[in-house]
Amino acid sequence: MSITYLEAIRQAQAKALADNPNVFIYGQDIGAFGGAFKATKGLFEKYPDRVIDAPISEDAMIGLAVGAAIEGMRPIIEMQFADFSTVGFNQIVNQAATHYWRTNVPCPITVRLPSGGTPGSGPFHSQCMEAIYAHYPGIIVMTPATVEDAYSMLLEAIYTDDPVIFCEHKYLYYHLKADSLPKQSLPAESARITRSGRHATVITYSAMIHEALLAADSLHDDGYEIEIVDLRCVKPLDIDTVLGSVARTGRALVVGEAFPWGGVTAEVISRIASEGFHLLDAPPAKLNARDTPIPYHPDLWRYHRPTASSIKSAIQKLLKD
Amino acid sequence: MADIATQSTGAEIDLPEAFQNAFRWMVLARTFEDKIASVYRAGKIVGGVYVGRGQEAFSAALAVQLNRGKDIYAPLIRDMAGRAAFGEPVIDAARTYLGSAKGSMRGRDGNIHRGSPREGVPAMISHLGAMISVVGGMLFARRLRGELENSVGAACIGDGATSTGSVHEALNLAAIEKLPLVVAIANNQFAYSTPTSRQFACKDLVDRAIGYGIEGINVDGTDLADCLQGFNKALSRARSGKGPQLVVGKLLRLAGHGEHDDAHYISKQMRASSLGKDCLAVARKRMIAENWGSEEDCKVLEEKAIEEVENAILQASGEESPDAYTHDWNACFSERFRDTQSDP
Ligand SMILES: Cc1ncc(C[n+]2csc(CCOP(=O)(O)OP(=O)(O)O)c2C)c(N)n1
Repeated sequence: MSITYLEAIRQAQAKALADNPNVFIYGQDIGAFGGAFKATKGLFEKYPDRVIDAPISEDAMIGLAVGAAIEGMRPIIEMQFADFSTVGFNQIVNQAATHYWRTNVPCPITVRLPSGGTPGSGPFHSQCMEAIYAHYPGIIVMTPATVEDAYSMLLEAIYTDDPVIFCEHKYLYYHLKADSLPKQSLPAESARITRSGRHATVITYSAMIHEALLAADSLHDDGYEIEIVDLRCVKPLDIDTVLGSVARTGRALVVGEAFPWGGVTAEVISRIASEGFHLLDAPPAKLNARDTPIPYHPDLWRYHRPTASSIKSAIQKLLKD
Repeated sequence: MADIATQSTGAEIDLPEAFQNAFRWMVLARTFEDKIASVYRAGKIVGGVYVGRGQEAFSAALAVQLNRGKDIYAPLIRDMAGRAAFGEPVIDAARTYLGSAKGSMRGRDGNIHRGSPREGVPAMISHLGAMISVVGGMLFARRLRGELENSVGAACIGDGATSTGSVHEALNLAAIEKLPLVVAIANNQFAYSTPTSRQFACKDLVDRAIGYGIEGINVDGTDLADCLQGFNKALSRARSGKGPQLVVGKLLRLAGHGEHDDAHYISKQMRASSLGKDCLAVARKRMIAENWGSEEDCKVLEEKAIEEVENAILQASGEESPDAYTHDWNACFSERFRDTQSDP
């Protein structure tokens, strides 16, 4: 049996719906149609009352989820694309994120964001939104990079009593496969050493893990052992695992597919610099997408986001510093 | 006169009783807000003070017909009367304004933002229009669980906020989900200083109901009886499964936007027009004329309100403020997801 990243997401939702009557899914085209990416395929047939087509009203969809959460439900909101969550931004960052702090009543909502670039998707169907949500207190932001994590972390998200922004990467939907779904897993808030090494650490998350792995494979042939840290959850940040790795290697490259200004990579670098400066043998480096909207044409897109080859070059430069 | 767009299915209202009840909360709200305004002018309140002067009838008429523990009520900035009618203790209002750690927001949010979501009162965020879909979600959840019975949700909003995308999305969503939601629009002619002519170009806000496929009525917001009857119809339609209801009250804000604002932009003519009647004075006169209460009864009510308000202000002023050093600075409920940067 082989299970895709997308199927893992579908199955996590199926399990949550089966296990807990308070779980429901609300999103555009997710009912009988099964979702734009088929992440809810077959779920409506089984749970017609709890897998519900939403109007194109991202603001009201999140508002509805918050209201339902106040009443003890555990709503999952599927954004058709992460990019459209900006229309529900106010409800996420001002309503959901502040709710527990202000009222002492938790707000357990999960907002699924089909994120990141795929060739031909262009400026408005490719964005990585993790940093803007992570910026706000009261929100947890998960960015799974593996099939197993997509499954176990989504279940954790659904059962977390805080708003969770779940950034699932569209590029991984069909590309990534595993033999089976996990029975046990690392807690969502812990980073993972995906590959161990001793010459440099690449800290990244989501689809960039796989680009970094390719870069590390290629550098292995040149005699370098590159350690890779998968953040898994970008808020909160498991800085201890990051610093532990940097302590071993002395060199850190932080990679993100999101835009370069600020963001997760900048946050990680600032934490390494302020909490682990003494561990560094070279200035910490960062690699992001370019500072333009995301291009539509595949030939441009490939040069917009970090890739195995640009990551490899960045590591090589870091190793020389 | 309640101008009813569709046939009424309303249960009969016991007008004298509802009137007396609402009047009581109107008096309390006016008394409280007059007091809070003077405390504000004395410089003893942190943050702004926004009062519902002139809107008490419209506000109380809705909430007095809701049941705490069963219905949902989402007040906005000018709904002191409705809050009181829905069962909010005056002491909670006083505590929130005066920054007592014992208030429902514990110093984390102030003044008009207070709420108790578990008791059916969502705590408003500032972003106008954002609360309607939250009420929708609360109703939606109850229906999913089979616990809706014949409860309703009511959400209050001003004329200015009707221009937001949030309000549109929430009304449209409530309409397709056929939720038992009553949206009360207090058209007080101004949003801060902006007149309605700069807010919408339709003839009447109530006509928007047609576009959403829901029912809508206008009421005279200066006339308590008309407000009570209008809300009664809207609420019973919502309770009997007829979907969302819009109730638009025409009235005038008899105060500045906030206590910092002298409202010089509201013309003399408008103030002198029928919109500018003081709903509280009108209601008091009606009470006495109909013999629903005597002049003496009204005076007793007013004196009791003063006493209750003075006691609440006194009590709240003597209470401790929140302590930043012992405060729990964790924005997440889940300990395990606590970001270490939050630690001092
Ligand atoms: C989305 C949003 N924009 C701007 C404001 C600032 N603001 C607060 S109250 C207000 C006027 C509101 O007018 P209206 O909705 O008519 O209600 P009223 O104050 O008249 O009761 C404005 C502009 C806000 N709170 N939210």
